[in-house]
Amino acid sequence: MSPSVCLQEMIRVIRGARTQGEERGVIQRECAAIRAQFRQADSGGRSHNLAKLLYVHMLGYPAHFGQMECVRLIASSKYSEKRIGYLGAMMLLDEKQDASLLITNSIKNDLSHSSQHVQSLALCTLACMGSAEMCRDLAPEIERLLKASNSYIKKKAALCAVHIVRKIPELGEMFTPSAHSLLSEKNHGVLHGAVILITELCERNPDNLKQFRKSVPELVQIMKNLVTSGYSPEHNVAGISDPFLQVRILRLLRILGRNNDAASDAMNDLLAQVATNTDSSKTAGSAVLYETVLTIMDIRSESGLRVLAVNILGRFLLNNDRNIRYISMTSLQKIVQTDHTAVQRHRGTIVDCLKDQDASVKRRALELSLALVSAANIRSMMKELLLFLSTCPPELRSHAASGIFNAAERYAPSQRWHIDTILHVLVTAGGDVRDETVPNLIQLITAASELHCYTVHKLYRALISDIVQQSLVQVACWCIGEYGDLLLKGECEEITPMQVTEDDVLDALETVLQSHMSTPTSRGFALTAIMKLSTRITNNVDRIRSVVSIYGSCIDVELQQRAVEYNALFKKYDHMRYFTMSYCTVILEFGCRSRLSLVLGGRGLKAEHVSIIFDCKDNVYLYWFLLQSVQLQMKAPSGDLIPAQGCGTVTQTVLLSYTNKANLKMRVRLSYSSQGTACQDMVQIDSFPSPAWS
Amino acid sequence: MTCTKIRFILIQNRAGKTRLAKWYMQFDDDEKQKLIEEVHAVVTVRDAKHTNFVEFRNFKIIYRRYAGLYFCICVDVTDNNLAYLEGIHNFVEVLNEYFHNVCELDLVFNFYKVYTVVDEMFLAGEIRETSQTKVLKQLLMLQSLE
Repeated sequence: MSPSVCLQEMIRVIRGARTQGEERGVIQRECAAIRAQFRQADSGGRSHNLAKLLYVHMLGYPAHFGQMECVRLIASSKYSEKRIGYLGAMMLLDEKQDASLLITNSIKNDLSHSSQHVQSLALCTLACMGSAEMCRDLAPEIERLLKASNSYIKKKAALCAVHIVRKIPELGEMFTPSAHSLLSEKNHGVLHGAVILITELCERNPDNLKQFRKSVPELVQIMKNLVTSGYSPEHNVAGISDPFLQVRILRLLRILGRNNDAASDAMNDLLAQVATNTDSSKTAGSAVLYETVLTIMDIRSESGLRVLAVNILGRFLLNNDRNIRYISMTSLQKIVQTDHTAVQRHRGTIVDCLKDQDASVKRRALELSLALVSAANIRSMMKELLLFLSTCPPELRSHAASGIFNAAERYAPSQRWHIDTILHVLVTAGGDVRDETVPNLIQLITAASELHCYTVHKLYRALISDIVQQSLVQVACWCIGEYGDLLLKGECEEITPMQVTEDDVLDALETVLQSHMSTPTSRGFALTAIMKLSTRITNNVDRIRSVVSIYGSCIDVELQQRAVEYNALFKKYDHMRYFTMSYCTVILEFGCRSRLSLVLGGRGLKAEHVSIIFDCKDNVYLYWFLLQSVQLQMKAPSGDLIPAQGCGTVTQTVLLSYTNKANLKMRVRLSYSSQGTACQDMVQIDSFPSPAWS
Repeated sequence: MTCTKIRFILIQNRAGKTRLAKWYMQFDDDEKQKLIEEVHAVVTVRDAKHTNFVEFRNFKIIYRRYAGLYFCICVDVTDNNLAYLEGIHNFVEVLNEYFHNVCELDLVFNFYKVYTVVDEMFLAGEIRETSQTKVLKQLLMLQSLE
């Protein structure tokens, strides 16, 4: 067996290993030697061996065979051995190991040791890894030490008590009286420990809360002394007197003042004083100010004080230190609903933070910006938000896009602005928007009847420049299908129109059909649009007919089904095609989230033809379909199962005979079964778009 | 699980070697290893453009880089970030004073002394002693007992 080397030498050898394998070899050798040494139980060099083992453990290697050695060393009378033994206990033993119970007795003895350093080791270890049983056994010892005369011991005992209370909350009662008396200590360390102990007691037990509320004046006085006292070198950090203690006291005051008017009153002046006088040029001061702000916002403070707090947060937003901007926004987010006007004042700075380089700062800025959008600032805010959308990190895009849509919906100053905004989002981030965006936009466009010309021109331009964004492609195809004639006319008030021929339009739509970038849904839209155009154009009907028949044998089933139906319209129902494919898709919402698109026709004939296309989100079995107040002739539906997620449609054509078209209303009742339950839904159409009728 | 304010303190170098790991919450050995790796992964990709705070599982990590070492403290989401940032700096200044211009090798060869410093300044998951003078005085006294 090789002689074991001293700690420093072993560390050097391990560091000298050039590969992981070499290191492992060295460590295995050393561990074998250490194990042998442990078994020998000779007293020389024991602490060195355990220290070596602990180093090896820190590198990530197993060291559990050293546990009993820790127990042995803790029981030794030599300080150097005890010290390593306790360190080993903290590193290798935890509650789950049985060996940890064995050291309870040693700890108990050491807690009453004559040397404060030994006492301190014991306290430290108990506070670090003391299990519930150990804590219960030793709690009376700790309570005794809290009353000791030595402040070094008192401060450790206070935190040890905190650990005990966390493990066994009922034991808190034991420490309450001592905790109270510790508040009159002058020693900062003891005060610090006392404040933490009281905080813990109050958080665990509301009775303690009531009792310690009486200490608010005392705490206020301690804070005042800290804030106004002269330079105290020992606890000074960047000109602030013991910022750590100040922060803890402020936190305790927060807990005591919450939901309690009397306590909140008692601390009002102090908070104002700290808020105004603390120098925030360095982090230490900012830490204290920040805790003050948190306390002000959480207790029952006067409105003047709240405004002061929000202003501090606003000042933080202008700070060069990114950390401070970040925490400021975290807090502003929590209060933006309750103190909306105060936060609005800082909108400009918040918007600037959208350009920060840290993604977490950007995210906070985005949430705040969205919360601050209002009717008054919608135009300027939207400019910033759209700019942000084009440069923001990918993980934020979907959130930004939906936030923008919500804001646009609530505060849009005009329909044209609204449509423009949605289009802008689709161009920038069309891949990150939700599914409902497409039908929602279609609905919006339909409703904005004066803007049809403008919209179709804009969408056509977008389509010919880029067909990557599928949501944009789908809306554009639909729009061109609906209003293609406006496009071809070449006049538009709102926008300089392009001169577009029928071939151009069909080219654009066919590009979508053929591109490998287009999803099946987009292709469906394109095909339907091409079909609709067959009634709006005059020269290229044959081209359309051939496109449709090609897709009659397409691999994509959905596309094939549509093509076949459209083909049928060309062949068998050509006299109806004109009417079926004419103006206006009316989109109605049913409760079951299905969408009923009525494609209405009716030019110059007595009979009005209605074709119903269902696009549903759930699987729906279609039983029957009923119209009231007209004579109807129903054709068979093209299918009776609508697949989920908008992946398919069912078409049912209904012929209406109707004389008094001015008063036509339609009530549609839908009976279906969805996921096994029978459902019914009804919707009424009170008016039909006028271009549909001649 | 008991709830402490500080969950753990880690000192790691850029390569991911642990120079100190102090745990204030119960974890299994393999959980500890996993945490060490995760913290390393999260913290080493950040640079001066980022804040010193990272959201980590359902806690947060306050960290600061000194030369090749990352000092990380894992705390509750409700804790005061800036106070713990100052806490780290306080701790590093004590190390610097104690080891006379500390470097990574000092922490390696004297690892058990580093634990002593930690235990003087932090206890039971809380900041315990913040006066650098007091801590240094205590450390020197302990050294004389060796």
